Amino acid sequence: MTTTVGVVVFPGTNCEMDAVFAVERMGGEGRLLWHADDDLGGVDAVIVPGGFAHGDYLRPGAIARFSSMMGAVAGFAADGGPVLGICNGFQVLTEAGLLPGALQKNSGLRFLCQPTVLRVETSESILTGRASMGAELSVPINHFEGNYTCDDETLARLRAEDRIVLRYVDNPNGSVDDIAGVCNEGRNVVGLMPHPERACDELLGSADGAVLIGSLLDAA
Amino acid sequence: MEFDVLVDVRLRGGIADPAGATIERALPALGFDGVSGVSVGKTVRFTIAAVDVGEATTLAEDLCASFLTNPVIEDASVSVSPVGDHA
Repeated sequence: MTTTVGVVVFPGTNCEMDAVFAVERMGGEGRLLWHADDDLGGVDAVIVPGGFAHGDYLRPGAIARFSSMMGAVAGFAADGGPVLGICNGFQVLTEAGLLPGALQKNSGLRFLCQPTVLRVETSESILTGRASMGAELSVPINHFEGNYTCDDETLARLRAEDRIVLRYVDNPNGSVDDIAGVCNEGRNVVGLMPHPERACDELLGSADGAVLIGSLLDAA
Repeated sequence: MEFDVLVDVRLRGGIADPAGATIERALPALGFDGVSGVSVGKTVRFTIAAVDVGEATTLAEDLCASFLTNPVIEDASVSVSPVGDHA
């Protein structure tokens, strides 16, 4: 049976079709989920994609987290369902309390849109099950508020519990401990600032994101 | 009663503040020397209905903690006064 991945759409989301494309490129089926609905429709996994949900007003993700669909996503995550937040989706998941920490403005003061190299730090997550530890993947970033931060205690926990999923090889934005992506305690919720869905075909400059989206389908 | 609420949201120490840094860097070129510690935050104003100033303050602080600020990166101060008292 085809794996179905729900892709949440808020007003201002703009990467939903990239996510659907990547899921379908990897053999799954993508299904858009409107933020004001509260029914996941039996999907096997959820992607909260990139963009500017609710215009990023107040803070990125601050308003999106109150959407009824996010209540359904939180319940799905609590039951162990795989949830992936990409870029603005990562910001939404931190604001919703599904992932620790926050994303502050880039330390270099610039919006960044460029390829980055990510190092896989664990294979024990819904995003990296197919990846080898230490593998380096070329995946683009496209953000102004991608500088991951958390308090010292949270950082120590993330390290001790092997919850730093991906690190930047050459940190572009000032993220603490070079963090590009983290997971929750259950390892079924992952957020990352880079865009693996935009790196699923050589025509796009890199197909290295395919192993990550493929891992999500495996976990579903 | 109705109360005016003014919430002053600031980035916590150590959190990147590109707007503040850019303004501070521009000041010497404009002839303003000796200015340091520039930070840019935001102000949120609203009116709230409550029985007294204590309840209004509690409501405003709850709203602040649950929505208006992200405590990982921001601090806020809340001031409350009967409608019309704010300048």
